[in-house]
Amino acid sequence: MKILVCISQVPDTTTKIAFADNNTHFSTQGVQFIINPYDEWYALVRALELKESGVANTVNLVTVGKADAEPVIRKALALGGDEAIRIDTDSSDPYVVAAQIAAYAKSENYDLVLCGKESIDYNNGVTGAMLAEMLDMNYVGFATKLDMTGSTAIVKREIEGGEETDACSLPLVVSCQKGMAEARIPNMRGIMAARTKPLKVVAAADVQPVSNIVSYELPPAKTGVKMINPENMDELVSLLHTEAKVI
Amino acid sequence: MSVIVLAEHTQGTFRKKTFEAVQYAAAIAQSMGASVTAVALGSVADSELQSLGQYGAAKVLHVADANLDNFSSRAYTKALVTVAQKEGAKVIVALHDVSGKAVAPRVAAQLKAGMVAGAVSHPDLSKGFVIKKTVFSGKAFAFVNITSDVKVVTLMPNTFAVTKGEGTANVEKLDVNFDDKDFGITVKEVNKVTGTVPLTEAELVVSGGRGMKGPENWHILEDLAGSLGAALACSRPVADSHWRPHHEHVGQTGGTIRPNLYIAVGISGAIQHLAGVNGSKTIVVINKDPEAPFFKAADYGVVGDAMEIVPRLTEAVKKFRESHN
Repeated sequence: MKILVCISQVPDTTTKIAFADNNTHFSTQGVQFIINPYDEWYALVRALELKESGVANTVNLVTVGKADAEPVIRKALALGGDEAIRIDTDSSDPYVVAAQIAAYAKSENYDLVLCGKESIDYNNGVTGAMLAEMLDMNYVGFATKLDMTGSTAIVKREIEGGEETDACSLPLVVSCQKGMAEARIPNMRGIMAARTKPLKVVAAADVQPVSNIVSYELPPAKTGVKMINPENMDELVSLLHTEAKVI
Repeated sequence: MSVIVLAEHTQGTFRKKTFEAVQYAAAIAQSMGASVTAVALGSVADSELQSLGQYGAAKVLHVADANLDNFSSRAYTKALVTVAQKEGAKVIVALHDVSGKAVAPRVAAQLKAGMVAGAVSHPDLSKGFVIKKTVFSGKAFAFVNITSDVKVVTLMPNTFAVTKGEGTANVEKLDVNFDDKDFGITVKEVNKVTGTVPLTEAELVVSGGRGMKGPENWHILEDLAGSLGAALACSRPVADSHWRPHHEHVGQTGGTIRPNLYIAVGISGAIQHLAGVNGSKTIVVINKDPEAPFFKAADYGVVGDAMEIVPRLTEAVKKFRESHN
C-alpha cells in the first residue's frame, strides 16, 4: 500500500499574530514555522505506524510551498517517510493548494492520502475533501482512528455528539485529528537520515486562484474586565442577565 | 439565479443551525436579487421541509433516496452539484460543521468554485464577494474575496441570531442518479452521547482547567453547567491528563467554540487556549491568581477559590432561574 501525507507549514502555536503592509499581509518577521500539528501528530505518525506494522510499503510526504518550506518538510522526514515532494508555489487559496497536490498525485496511484483536519493558520480544513473530489476518492473527515483489514479501511470519525465507525473502500482520503496517534519526537538517527532522503521539487501546475485574502484584522481588544466580589455571585448573575444579556 | 443551501437534518428534524444557514442564504440571495433553494437529502417529512420557508427558503428540493440517511460526502456532493447546475446557482451555502466541511469542499472542487470556509459575516458585495472568516485559530480575521463565478461558503454555526418569520416553502421532489461508487463507505457503528448539548452548538459553556486540581472536583462544574443548561469544556492539560474526554478540549489544537457565554474556571489563559474561545461573546474568568492572563481577555472576573465560588455561583443561578420562571 502506498500512502501520501500532506504537510503544511504553519506559524508556531505561541506566535503573536501581526500584519504588515496596511494589514494586507501576515508578518512573518521573527515567526518560527512548524509542521502543522494535525499533519504531524496524527496524519504523519499514523502513516508511519502503518508502515512499521507492514501494512504500508511506501509513505511519501507532499507540501505546497516555496523553498522556505524545506526546513519544515525535512523535519517531517526526520520523523520518517521515504521521500518528500515539494510543489514549488505558494498560495493562500485552498483550491489552488488542493489542485496542485491533485495534479502531482493523479498519476502516482496512492491508496491512502492522509492530512490533518485543518491547518492552524488559515483554518479552512478543506484540502482533504477537495483532494478526494479531484482524485475521485472516498473521504472521511475528522478521523480519530484508522486501521486496515485487507483492502478495507476501518475509520472512526467524529460526528455530531459522538463517533461513528465506517468501513471504507480504497482509494481514500482521511483527515486526521486527536486520537489517531501519539506525537513523536524525531531522534538523532532520524534527523541524520532525513538529510539524505530524496526531496523532489515539482514545478507547479497551471491553476488559477479563485479566491484571495484582501486584508486581515485583529479581534477588538476587550474594554477591560469588570471584577466581581467573590462573595457576591448574585451580582455576577444579574450582570450576565441585564448587561451582557447572555442568560 | 439562485442561492442554494444544504439543509442538514438530524433523523428528519431540522435544528437551529440549519435555520441559521437558511436565513444566511436568504440574506445573501436578497442582496443579489436571487431566490433561495434549500436542498434536503434523505428522509424528512414534507411539513418539516415546508417550515424552512419561515427562515426565507422559497423552495425546497428534496432528494428522498433513503440511502442518503447515512452520510456520504460523494453522494451529497453529487446531489448538490446536480441542483446547482439545474438552478443556475451562483452561491452554495453549507454549515461549517462535520458534514458541511466534508461536502462543501468537494462541491467547490467539482464546480471549480472559490470557497470561504467558516464565514462569520455576510458577503460585502461592494468589494466583490468579500467574507470575513477566522484565521490563526481565532487570533485574527481575514477578509477573503471569492473571484470565481460560482461561490461556496460554509457558515460558522452560532454566528447570527435566528429569527423565525412567516412563510411556507414549496417542496419539490428531485431524483438524482446515484451509483455504487457514491456509497463506498458503510457505517458499521454509531456511538452518540445522548442528552448533552454538542459543544460547538452550545450557547453557554462552563470550562475547567488545571486549577480544578483533579477530576474528582468536576462535579461542581457539572452542577453549574446543569443549572445554566450549559455544555462542559476543558483546557488541553486537563484532556491530556485524561481528567476529561478529548472531545471537550477547546483551544488551538482542540475545538474552536463561539458561545454566548464562556465561564473559565481555573484556566490561566494561555494564548493557545484563548485562540479556541475568544470568539465567545461574553467571557467570565474565575481564578485564584489575580495575575492570570485570562483576566485581560475577560468581561467579568472573580478572584478566589473555585471550590467556594463555583457552588455559590450555581446557587445564584438557581435562584435567578426560579425567580424568572
